Amino acid sequence: MQVITTDLVIVGGGGAGLRAAIAAAETDPGLGVALISKVVPMRSHTVAAEGGSAAVVRADDSLDNHFDDTVSGGDWLCDQDVVEYFVANSTREMTQLEHWGCPWSRKPDGHINVRFFGGMKVQRTWFAADKTGFHMLHTLFQTSIKYPSIKRYDEFFCCDLIVEDGRVQGVLAIEIATGELCLFKCRAAIMATGGAGRVYRQNTNAGIVTGDGMGIAYRHGVPLRDIEFMQWHPTALPGTGILITEACRGEGAILTNKDGYRYLQDYGMGPPDPWPRPKAMELGPRDRLSQAFWHEEQKGRTFSHPGGQAVNLDLRHLGAKKIHERLPLITEVAQTFVGVDAVVAPIPVCPAVHYTMGGIVCNVTTETPLKGLYAVGECSSVGIHGANRLGSNSLAELCVFGKPAGENAARYARSVAPNSSAAVEKLGEAAAQRVLALLQRERGERVATLRDEMHEAMETGVSIYRKADTMKIACDKIGQLRERYRKGIKLDDTSRAFNTEWLSAIELGLTLDVAEAIAHAALNRRESRGAHMRLDEYQERDDTNFLKHSLAHYSGDGAPRIDFSPVTITKSQPKLRVYGGEGKKAEMT
Amino acid sequence: MAETRTIEMEVLRYHPESDSAPRFQSYQVPFTPDMSVLQGLQYIKDHLDGSLTFRWSCRMAICGSCGHMVNGVPQLSCHTFLRDYFPAKVRVEPLNHFPILRDLAIDQTDFLTKLESIKPYIIPAEDKPVESGEFLQTPAQLDRFYQFSQCINCLLCYAACPQYGLNSDFIGPGAMALLHRYNADSRDGGRAERMPLVNEEEGVWSCTLVGYCSEVCPKGVNPANAVNQNKVNSALDYFFRFLMPKGGTR
Repeated sequence: MQVITTDLVIVGGGGAGLRAAIAAAETDPGLGVALISKVVPMRSHTVAAEGGSAAVVRADDSLDNHFDDTVSGGDWLCDQDVVEYFVANSTREMTQLEHWGCPWSRKPDGHINVRFFGGMKVQRTWFAADKTGFHMLHTLFQTSIKYPSIKRYDEFFCCDLIVEDGRVQGVLAIEIATGELCLFKCRAAIMATGGAGRVYRQNTNAGIVTGDGMGIAYRHGVPLRDIEFMQWHPTALPGTGILITEACRGEGAILTNKDGYRYLQDYGMGPPDPWPRPKAMELGPRDRLSQAFWHEEQKGRTFSHPGGQAVNLDLRHLGAKKIHERLPLITEVAQTFVGVDAVVAPIPVCPAVHYTMGGIVCNVTTETPLKGLYAVGECSSVGIHGANRLGSNSLAELCVFGKPAGENAARYARSVAPNSSAAVEKLGEAAAQRVLALLQRERGERVATLRDEMHEAMETGVSIYRKADTMKIACDKIGQLRERYRKGIKLDDTSRAFNTEWLSAIELGLTLDVAEAIAHAALNRRESRGAHMRLDEYQERDDTNFLKHSLAHYSGDGAPRIDFSPVTITKSQPKLRVYGGEGKKAEMT
Repeated sequence: MAETRTIEMEVLRYHPESDSAPRFQSYQVPFTPDMSVLQGLQYIKDHLDGSLTFRWSCRMAICGSCGHMVNGVPQLSCHTFLRDYFPAKVRVEPLNHFPILRDLAIDQTDFLTKLESIKPYIIPAEDKPVESGEFLQTPAQLDRFYQFSQCINCLLCYAACPQYGLNSDFIGPGAMALLHRYNADSRDGGRAERMPLVNEEEGVWSCTLVGYCSEVCPKGVNPANAVNQNKVNSALDYFFRFLMPKGGTR
């Protein structure tokens, strides 16, 4: 086992990890920062975010508007003090990215342009065509090269945290190219590992989005908060789940069923005209739109596509010029993956799992309950998304909370003594042996077998709409899969160098743990709120009993323990969540 | 369900711990018309041979992980479809001109070192605190560099470049496009710091104008154009160096 001594380890080189690394380097240039990532940073899944990033910039907008849209969009499960911090800091962070070179789309006068997204009262989404995540990620990655104290460990796979004396003192990783185990001895660590969308089969996420950091923190006793709230994006390609950005609708695209009817008007989002109108019809929030699709499918008003049931996302009325200027990526994607020219034909779409709204519990400073561990980005639950995230709040989140994560972790690392060497190495060695044991199984099942069964269980039992009996089946099934995993995974490949089958087996173990937390947290939330909709006796929001965060606690081989914690309300008392209604046609820029 | 056929995929294998030289291995892969070469590789990995090694991630042609030689042409395998090769076999190899780590996974270190060397970040033309708001940049100013900011670092252009194949000291198309992206940005003032790299023998002057880099680029970056614009810049830089301080770069 190789041993590397540093001060701060950042796990994950996506937008959140890179922003944190830069902040740590700026706060304390003398501090050693190790940025470890299982892919070279510019491959991270931030790259696939399309539509944009929210920050107040227009004269007719306000921080209160952004706050209200976020809190009502989250069905009042957001921590409002954290949302206040978020909206107050987002514009600065987006401007910072501009100074670092992000090619934001502009108005003719050279100022930043913004577009509409769902659930948004005023245009607030900064965008770089429909490749916003790509440009943000490359800007952050390339800017990070400026800072000599950031030492990158590209293609190092984090498999464990080393906790000694009640605080994080090490990170264990596999150097992928050689298969060597590598212990990073450190004084603090930041998890920035992204979501867990790969718990499901039909998802918009990259193959790397397997919930590793969530699983690792969870196994060390850090609760996963509000993890039952998975977001289905309403417009993905059937079959593959490839994302077709909400920015299509932000620019004025419409959704129609197999009869050409704008069905959202039947689900409290209408009337359809005048169009476009903020917070109505196709500019409603993602949970409501995905739920509406489910009802249309039940009514037989969707159509069959080789990849599954679908509706039409129609951009044609926007015209070729606007489509090519504002939405070049999805135009190319539609052509390549479903053979549709969006200028002349509608794109077939359906919901797919997109975003993990819950995650590693942390406070507004990104501290987790485990000393020395910070969490940021999709792997975290800092409290801004509640029961349903608004589109374009997550890219902003990476930067708004990446900065304090880097700053606070750097200060903390400086404040604590260097780690107790011998004990940490001993724990690291033991953890390394557990990881290596996976290579030595004589008998067992294939990774793909267990993974596919997990997908099936989650798609069936913990989907857009949920019921106690089917959720129970999913809970039991995931419990059995975890047991089968413990009995043994048989790898074809028992060598060390670039053994991606071995890495998949480690990922699967972590993904199964997160899946179990999702299923149990869902079963225990006996109400309907945001993206968690039930069809049994709990079809209404229940603020008396469930205006609370769920916390899933790891319980070893057994099922997770679920309890609840209070939600912070500062200025917005829960109200009825209303979209649609009469309104004026929006002015578009 | 869509019609399923079977295609032969012939994949280059090489394991550094046990193989003295690369070899090919064939697999029979059932496929539907919507399946990419990447999905073919994933089928092999899941069901036939878990030891087959390749990189992939987003499967929508934006992360740049899955570049391979597909029947001899540098391609993103998520963006290339098995139906287009059937009924013949499809041969998948690692990208040309890079050392192989294992099977289809190449060693990208050389490119990353080059990327780091070109100062791929804004070196501000003027000091401006973030609190004072954004730099103004008109759509026309944005257009001057936007195309070159589209590079996903997939390395197809390096696999296509005969000069890089002959001499890997050549900075290469992707890094040169990125260098140009920053030099052409109205917010940037770092051109003088980057021009020495352009002027070197391993800078633009190594390019022999084959143009295959731009042909294989999946994102229309047109690195050949960046290289050519920099030949003009490099020539001017050479000329002005004798006349003006800082080589005439602004």
